[in-house]
Amino acid sequence: MPSNKSVSDAPIVQFTNCRILRDHQLQREDLWVREGKILNPEKLFFDEKGSADVQLDCKDSIIAPGFIDVQINGGFGVDFSLATDDFKSGIDLVSQKILSHGVTSFCPTLVTSPSSVYHQVLPQISVRNGGTHGAGILGVHLEGPFISKEKKGAHPEHCLRTFEAGAFQDLLATYGSLDCVQIVTLAPEMRRSSEVIRELTKRGICVSLGHSVANLSQAEEAVQHGATFITHLFNAMLPFHHRDPGIVGLLTSDRIPAGRRVFYGMISDGIHTNPAALRIAHRAHPKGLVLVTDAIAGMGLAPGRHTLGQQVVEIDGLNTYIAGTKTLSGSVATMDTCVRHFQEAIGCSVETALEAASLHPAQLLGIEHKKGTLNYDSDADFLMLNDSLYVQATYIAGEEVWRQDVSGM
Amino acid sequence: MLMQVIGFKFVLSYKFLTAIMRLVILEDYDQASEWAAKYICNRIIQFKPSQGRYFTLGLPTGSTPLGCYKKLIEYHKNGDLSFKYVKTFNMDEYVGLPRNHPESYHSYMWNNFFKHIDIDPNNAHILDGNAPDLQAECDAFEKKIEEAGGIDLFVGGIGPDGHIAFNEPGSSLSSRTRLKTLAMDTILANAKYFDGDLSKVPTMALTVGVGTVMDAREVRTYLVLVACVFSRLVGVDTGIESKETFVLQVMILITGAHKAFALYKAIEEGVNHMWTVSAFQQHPRTIFVCDEDATLELRVKTVKYFKGEH
Repeated sequence: MPSNKSVSDAPIVQFTNCRILRDHQLQREDLWVREGKILNPEKLFFDEKGSADVQLDCKDSIIAPGFIDVQINGGFGVDFSLATDDFKSGIDLVSQKILSHGVTSFCPTLVTSPSSVYHQVLPQISVRNGGTHGAGILGVHLEGPFISKEKKGAHPEHCLRTFEAGAFQDLLATYGSLDCVQIVTLAPEMRRSSEVIRELTKRGICVSLGHSVANLSQAEEAVQHGATFITHLFNAMLPFHHRDPGIVGLLTSDRIPAGRRVFYGMISDGIHTNPAALRIAHRAHPKGLVLVTDAIAGMGLAPGRHTLGQQVVEIDGLNTYIAGTKTLSGSVATMDTCVRHFQEAIGCSVETALEAASLHPAQLLGIEHKKGTLNYDSDADFLMLNDSLYVQATYIAGEEVWRQDVSGM
Repeated sequence: MLMQVIGFKFVLSYKFLTAIMRLVILEDYDQASEWAAKYICNRIIQFKPSQGRYFTLGLPTGSTPLGCYKKLIEYHKNGDLSFKYVKTFNMDEYVGLPRNHPESYHSYMWNNFFKHIDIDPNNAHILDGNAPDLQAECDAFEKKIEEAGGIDLFVGGIGPDGHIAFNEPGSSLSSRTRLKTLAMDTILANAKYFDGDLSKVPTMALTVGVGTVMDAREVRTYLVLVACVFSRLVGVDTGIESKETFVLQVMILITGAHKAFALYKAIEEGVNHMWTVSAFQQHPRTIFVCDEDATLELRVKTVKYFKGEH
């Protein structure tokens, strides 16, 4: 068929025989891609009188937007909080390996570390698009060191800091640079946190509450100053109490500024959160749930000892503890495992599970106009999955960057 | 030999010069849709369209033809029917509605038909209700039909007020493609597609005229064309214009009890500009395809007669 397109000569690919996630539903529609973006075929037909150059039969796969992981500390032996000589190749390795888990964009996360680590590591990370080389980097997530001692979890106590002396300037001095920073987790009960939150929000950085003993009013105040995320809900915060729900109470708070939504990260590896608690959170505030892996260096490797910044952790199956303790420290579950486990534990629809790992993180970061959906003109970062939500192929900018080996290896 | 010079289309039409009106009654909507789709499919296949020799179809919108479109898509997906050498002309389009509005006829045709088949986008013609000069758009549309050599099969529906396309009650039976104001009945019937909000329903549309569809290939016209071709061959200007916006065959789909009264007016009463579909009583080759419910207002005698023939 002659394809004379007036807008561009770039090849048009039509993915057929598939079910695509669009408008919160799986629809039996074809997916059209041109120049790395999702194309509107009706516009192509009537305005350009164009048609597809290539048609690919997806054999009834589900096509969903690529997963976005906003909390991942490392993997495959790489620890983002360790300033090694081959740091760059480490981050490249992780970004390439997570393609097979369905992650097309991520925020490399640094746990509480000495200031020198931030100064050495941060300049080596740059925001970049994904491709065959690996998943795209949206920016860094700095989890700590401005967190509570009582809720430090696996973070090293000697590196915790406050900013009560110089507020934002202290924070900037600690990190060195905020150029590629996308998210900062801090404890809002710390003195002068409001100023810091306002300043970070002004710079377009997402502020997340976590590793904190804040009560609900302190948390609500933080939200009013600009905080929009909760780091791994339930973990490293005060437990829900019926007279002071703490940070968990943000899920149903009526003091959230109009037009704003509070998102919350959940590690659904089956260990960090009891399924009943997962269901309570989801039922209370389904649109805010963001699936994260909180994966550590041991993810993708055999069980044993690995590092997490300044700490040593021990991995046994899916359990990861600070060596010699029962303190959870990150997880080794992959993103697609989390999505499957989430769907099973909640008993929700496939669409809901997929959106928790794609649409919601995109909305959190304010990038849903180009990531996290299959809407026209969005970046063509998507996955082909089977009905059990196992990733069969990963695409970034319309190009296949990973495919399940058919031999089953 | 003269036949060969003029071309196969004329030979085909010579075979169909006998005038025939058919009323085909099927039991229900699904069967009527399937009958109509099979008829279209067979006409296209028998025509054997190819490069430079396209089959032209006139197409409707609305809820009635949805079943027919689904069946045609099925035949295409089975590999039995290709639209590669088919040209289509839709009857009408709203004025002032953005082309990508979910209720525009462009959206309807894309979602219900074009996106599922292999038609060349250059061959799918729909009036542009947002053209800067609407009458020029209508004239250009008629010209496109003419250039395509006319319409081999015009498929239409009928409004509850008996209108064909948007030729509302009172439209001239000689009309051509033009801008029309919609009747209140039509606006009310369409409100359900616009959230029940009457203020959102378009009030004007571009539509092919009754005259456009009524242009038929008949013996007289055939002779005129022979004369034209001959005169071109000989190089003499006989002053005879060949009118080629002809419609070879018309098929009107009418299903459901709410269309029964309109069908009665269309075929049991006289030709009347208040019920514009009645004009087809004078088209030499018309088929009315309906389900039992649509015949509820017809005389038992009429139904029995056509069922006997069918």
